[in-house]
Amino acid sequence: MPTLADAIAAGLAIGDENPWPRRAVDFDHWRALVEELAAGRWTLLGLWGDQDAVHLALLDEAPREVAVVTHRCASGVFPSVGRLHPPAIRFERSIKDLFGLEPIGSPDLRPWLDHGRWGLRAPLGARPELASAALEYAFLPAEGEGVHQIPVGPVHAGVIEPGHFRFSVNGEAVVRLEERLGYAHKGVERLMMGADLERAARLAGRVSGDSTVAYALVFSRAVEAALAVEVPPRAIWLRALMAELERLANHFGDIGAICNDVAFALMHAHCGALRERVLRVAASCFGHRLMMDRVAPGGVSVDLAPEGVKRIRDLVGTARRAFPPLVELYDNTASLQDRTVGAGLAEPALVRRFGCGGYVGRASGRRFDARRDLAYPPYDGLRFEIPTLEEGDVNARVWIRIREVEQSLALVEQILDGLPDGPVRAPVAAGRGEGMAVVEGFRGDILAYLRLDADARIERCHLRDPSWFQWPVLEAAIGGNIVADFPLCNKSFNCSYSGHDL
Amino acid sequence: MRKTLLKSLIEGPLTEAAPGADDAELAAFAAEVDRKARARLGRSLAIREIDAGSCNGCELEINALGNAFYDLERFGLRFVASPRHADVLLVTGPATKNMEEALARTYQATPAPKWVVAAGDCAFDGGVFAGSYACIGGVSAVVPVDLYIPGCPPTPLSLLKGLIALI
Repeated sequence: MPTLADAIAAGLAIGDENPWPRRAVDFDHWRALVEELAAGRWTLLGLWGDQDAVHLALLDEAPREVAVVTHRCASGVFPSVGRLHPPAIRFERSIKDLFGLEPIGSPDLRPWLDHGRWGLRAPLGARPELASAALEYAFLPAEGEGVHQIPVGPVHAGVIEPGHFRFSVNGEAVVRLEERLGYAHKGVERLMMGADLERAARLAGRVSGDSTVAYALVFSRAVEAALAVEVPPRAIWLRALMAELERLANHFGDIGAICNDVAFALMHAHCGALRERVLRVAASCFGHRLMMDRVAPGGVSVDLAPEGVKRIRDLVGTARRAFPPLVELYDNTASLQDRTVGAGLAEPALVRRFGCGGYVGRASGRRFDARRDLAYPPYDGLRFEIPTLEEGDVNARVWIRIREVEQSLALVEQILDGLPDGPVRAPVAAGRGEGMAVVEGFRGDILAYLRLDADARIERCHLRDPSWFQWPVLEAAIGGNIVADFPLCNKSFNCSYSGHDL
Repeated sequence: MRKTLLKSLIEGPLTEAAPGADDAELAAFAAEVDRKARARLGRSLAIREIDAGSCNGCELEINALGNAFYDLERFGLRFVASPRHADVLLVTGPATKNMEEALARTYQATPAPKWVVAAGDCAFDGGVFAGSYACIGGVSAVVPVDLYIPGCPPTPLSLLKGLIALI
C-alpha cells in the first residue's frame, strides 16, 4: 500500500525537509489527498492559512510519517477539506476569519474566531478590510416537543476560561451541545509576524499558560529545525525534566478537580497539595512556578543547580508516598465511581477520526504519544509506557492521568540519573529558514510551523493546540448525559480555550 | 479513606501564615477600602472571577489560592458563582475585544459598592498581547480598576497579599 510519502511525491518540493517534507500540490492532487484523509488513510495533524495559501499537515499512523502539502489560493479560494472530513471544519472557518480565504464546498461557513468586534476582517490576509458591525451568530437548531435551550458563558460560574456553551435539553438530558469559542482570541499569530525570536518565544509560552513549557519547547524545536541549531545535551534533558514536571502538576490538578466536580472534596484537597508541591519545587529550581520562558531557542535559559536535583528527588519521593493512597481512595469510593464510570463517552471511532491526542485519545484506544511516535530526544533513549484504555468515559480519562503520573515520576528519576553535564544553551545564528515540530504536552500533541526571514524574524508562525481535535468530540461525548454532568465531562477533557482561540 | 482522613488529622494542616502588606501604595489603598468595606460588609468579601482572555496562567494561580497551603476562605474571602453575589470582580487577561461586552455586562450586573481587581501583567496594559487588533489592552479601558496585582502570572502569595488588602 502506498505510504504518505508516495502520495505526496508528485507535488513540487518546497525548501528543505526540516524535519518533514512540504510539497506544493494542485487542485486535483489536494482533493485526492483529502478523499484519502476522509477515508481514514491519514490523520489530520493541522490545517492553517497563509496570505495566499493553505497548508495541510497529515500523519500516516502506521509508519508514523508526517507531511505537509500546500495549495496556492490564486483567487482567494481553496477546496474544502471539511466537506469530506469534519475535523477540518473549524480550522477552515478560522482560516476564512483570519486570512479571508474561502473553503469552497464547506458545509459550515459561519465565522468562528471572528465575532465581528475587531474592527476589521481578515486581519492576517493580504488585504484586511475595515468592518464595524458585530456578526449575528446562528446556532444549529434542535427541535422537538419539550426541547429548550440553556445558554452558558462566556463568563462561567467557576474560575475557568471564557467560552459559550449552548445546550439544547429535553428534561435533564442533553440533546445537543454546541460550543462557541473565540472569546480568548488575542491575535497571537499576527503579533508573531515580524517579531524577533525572543519576543516570539515569549508569545509562544503564553498561548496556553498550563502548557507553557510544551509550547516553548515546540516553538524552540521548530526554530532549531529551521536554523539547524545543535542543542547541548544537558539542555535537551533539562527540557524533558521541565516538561514532565509540567505534566505532573497538571495531572495532579486535573485528577483532583474532576473529583471535585462530583463534590468529592477530599481528593481535590490532596491532589491540590501535590500540585502545589510540584510548582514550588519548579520555582525553587527554575525560578518560576509554571517555568515560563525557561525553554528558549538554543536550549534553556536557566541551569539546574545540584541542590535542585535533590529537591526534585525529594518531590518524587513525596509523590510516591502520597499518591498511591489517593489512587486507592479513588478506586474504592463507590459514590465517586458511580458518577465517573460510563459518563461522557468518547466513541473510539470518533476519537480516531478526529485524531484526538493526549488522555482523550488514549482513554478511547488511540495509542498515540508524540514522545514515542514522533520521538524527539531525550525520549528516544528513555524507558516509559503509553497507558491506553478502550472505555472512553470520564473514569478512563482519570485512569490514564493516574498511570501517566506514575510514568512521569519514573521519567523524572531517569532524567535525573542520566542528566549530562555541560552548557545549557547554544547560540542561534540569524538566518532564513522554515521548520516544524510536534511535542507532547500534558493535553496532547502540539504542532508548530514557522518561517523565518533573513534576520531570523518570524514571517509566519502557526501553533496548533491539541484542543482543536478534542473540543468537537466533547460535543458528541456529552450527548445523552444530564446537564449536571457537563462540568464533570468538561473537566475530564480539560480542553484549552486560550490555546484554541490563539 | 479513613486512613487518609486520620493521617491528615494527625499531621496537622499545610496552611501557612498570612503574608503582610509591604508597600505603601497597597497599604494606603487597603486603608481606604477597609473603611468603606467594613462599614457595610464587615470582614468578608465575595469575589467573582472574570477571565477576559488570559492565557489561563492567571487562572491556575487563582485556583491555587483554594489549596491547603493558601486556604483563601480563612480570610473571609470566597469565590462566588454570580456577579449578583459579588463585592469584588477579579479580572485577568488583556481584555480581548471578543470579551469586552461580557466584561462590561458582568460589571453592570454587580451590585454597588463594588471593586475591580485586575490581576496579571496583561490585565494592566495588555502585557505581551498589547497592540493586537484583537485586544483592548488592559482591563481599565472597559471597567474602572481599583487595584492591580502584577506578575506573569502573579504568584498565589502576591494575589493573597492583594486580596487581603481589600478586607
